[in-house]
Amino acid sequence: MTPIATSRSTAGLPTGTLGVWWLLASEIVIFGGVLCSYIMHRLSHDWWSAEAANTNVYIGLTNTFVLLTSSLFAVLAHAAAQRGDGKLAARRLWYTIGGGAMFLCIKAYEWSMEIGHGMTISSSSFWAFYYTAAGIHASHVIAGMIAMAVVAMDAAKGKFLHRVENAGIYWHFVDLVWIFLFPLLYIAK
Amino acid sequence: MSDHAQAAHGDHGDYAAHEAHYKKIWAVLLVLLLISFAGPFLEIRAITMITAFGIAIVKAWLVAKHFMHVTAQPRFVIYMLSTCLVFMLLFFAGTAPDVMEHEGAHWAKVNPDAGQPERVLHPEAHGEHHE
Repeated sequence: MTPIATSRSTAGLPTGTLGVWWLLASEIVIFGGVLCSYIMHRLSHDWWSAEAANTNVYIGLTNTFVLLTSSLFAVLAHAAAQRGDGKLAARRLWYTIGGGAMFLCIKAYEWSMEIGHGMTISSSSFWAFYYTAAGIHASHVIAGMIAMAVVAMDAAKGKFLHRVENAGIYWHFVDLVWIFLFPLLYIAK
Repeated sequence: MSDHAQAAHGDHGDYAAHEAHYKKIWAVLLVLLLISFAGPFLEIRAITMITAFGIAIVKAWLVAKHFMHVTAQPRFVIYMLSTCLVFMLLFFAGTAPDVMEHEGAHWAKVNPDAGQPERVLHPEAHGEHHE
């Protein structure tokens, strides 16, 4: 049976796509709130710069590269889906998922190094913000990977190809959030 | 060449052009990433801020426009996203003074350095910063 979100179109958009945009509108408030709170505290606490100096900019750079590349594969998957090539779209979605997995592995390595050096979530308010912001972002990466795997399995059979775009929009948003987290956590010291 | 074959060839050309465009945007994003990484090495605070946050805004716009196709969506989608962004900024403007100021006309923070690690508060007692 075809899901309602697949067959119905409201307000000039497929219902599924409209749902993704609503989801992202709520995510703007969530991530925007976290980022703005971080900026407020960063500007009012000079000692945060000494704490921020401990983050590893090379790891941040590598992870930004990985996420940007995974976003490229997501939009290429959308292009393949648009021309009805489900198998190619699915393959490119799996590459995107691979990028997400690589991002999480690098993050796990980074966090284990920092925690090993005694910089834990309870060390100071800077590290509380650091782990919260990066942790919320990482949980969205995991959610995106799961959603994309479901979409990729259907796309490989040529089913629900329009969902490739929806998954891609979400993934690009996750990438977009990281674009702001990178300078905040790694560059502005 | 038949009309159908010509149309198919034209479609294929369009798709190839689209994919080439996406790869070009990705390359631009990587160049901007390298610039934002290199900015702090000049050790000029203003340049660091511009290369970090100015470039982040440009990168975000490139992703939103070319990968998410925001500008191709119905107008109400832009309004929906903008409304959330504006309300979030209102929240920021409303709470920022309480966080960023240490005293006001009728109030003062009891402990403005709350959350500071002990090693920074008492460096002579605990010694070191993390390297």
